[in-house]
Amino acid sequence: MSATRATGATSAVRAARAARATGTGTGTRTGPRDTPWLDDSAGRVMRPYTATSGRTRPDVALDLLSLVSATGVRPRTALGPEHSHVLRLCAAAAAPSVAEVAAQLRLPAVVTKVLLGDLMRYGAVTARAPRFLNDPADDLTLLRAVLDGLRRRL
Amino acid sequence: MDCADVCEAGPGTRPLPAPEGRGAQGPGPDRSAPPPATLKILVAGGFGAGKTTFVGAVSEIEPLCTEELLTGLSEADDPLEGVESKTATTVALDFGRITLDSRHVLYLFGTPGQQRFWFLWEELCAGALGAVVLADTRRLADCFPAVDFFERRGIGFVLAVNEFDGGHRYTADEVREAVGLAPEVPVVRCDARLASSGTRALAALVHHLLTTARHPRSGGPT
Ligand SMILES: Nc1nc2c(ncn2[C@@H]2O[C@H](COP(=O)(O)OP(=O)(O)O)[C@@H](O)[C@H]2O)c(=O)[nH]1
Ligand SMILES: [Mg+2]
Repeated sequence: MSATRATGATSAVRAARAARATGTGTGTRTGPRDTPWLDDSAGRVMRPYTATSGRTRPDVALDLLSLVSATGVRPRTALGPEHSHVLRLCAAAAAPSVAEVAAQLRLPAVVTKVLLGDLMRYGAVTARAPRFLNDPADDLTLLRAVLDGLRRRL
Repeated sequence: MDCADVCEAGPGTRPLPAPEGRGAQGPGPDRSAPPPATLKILVAGGFGAGKTTFVGAVSEIEPLCTEELLTGLSEADDPLEGVESKTATTVALDFGRITLDSRHVLYLFGTPGQQRFWFLWEELCAGALGAVVLADTRRLADCFPAVDFFERRGIGFVLAVNEFDGGHRYTADEVREAVGLAPEVPVVRCDARLASSGTRALAALVHHLLTTARHPRSGGPT
């Protein structure tokens, strides 16, 4: 039975992949899981963002892995609770990434970036962009170091 | 990192460093050292394939969930639409971190596999080492979008078969055949609940990248 099923799956798979490769499909599978626009893989529904006065476009370029740290400069304007929370997180000994700050705040990353952008304009926070390698997968020395590091954990 | 402690600073304590602290011995990392490369691996797969479990098991920090907005982004090409007033749906990203040694920190992002989330993948793929695609043998087709995505972009990946209890145990070759994987793509078994198993899948990915590097650069020390 398993053999038949595997074969059946194989042709279904090929058809699906061919359709996707040629763009003839609509991009949506016909399986039951993908039918509704909102399924379980989408997250919660948020209320409007009072913290950012509804802004969802950061005015600074921040990567999810940019490291943000407090400069020690106190903003002249009084900060709301979310801005204050962000600033406290940025004051940690090890600069957190934008993704970590967003997770701690329980706010979407883009909203967190708006808050961070405000704090950067006040001079209260600086960001350090991640240093991505152009072709990290072709850097053998780096890959060996990563592999060694992973194996040490086993 | 326990921010609650910082928030509850009592009277007389300073919740934030004084302004003079800037430049002198301000908080944050030493800026004179060249920043180490930021390393990132994506964990992809369909809903329920075990992405959250995998990232949580291998991560050294509490599994974190970062969210990104779904609505609003579709309207991004309207320049007048800078303000989002409606309720917005979010999409969750699992986020984890593994400190390999003093110079190498690996970040993990668990990303939902459906094509409608690909706008997220574009940012996540920038500078990524590669990907682990989780496959649940009961719903093998759910991993196809992720496989297609990485194949097309030439991003190295391994297929980690997450064998759930009660799922049929296929051989690696059966899975390879069903998914139509190129012969060099490793297929590994994985129990996403076990840190050791997840770490082995990550190691299999990096080993795969080592053997398939196209323009090997083994230059100086990283
Ligand atoms: N038996 C078994 N269950 C698993 C495994 N990985 C995940 N699960 C369970 O499967 C369910 C879905 O996993 P989850 O990580 O949330 O999937 P995600 O949607 O890809 O993030 C959870 O209840 C997990 O506990 C596994 O390797 N074996
Ligand atoms: Mg999940």
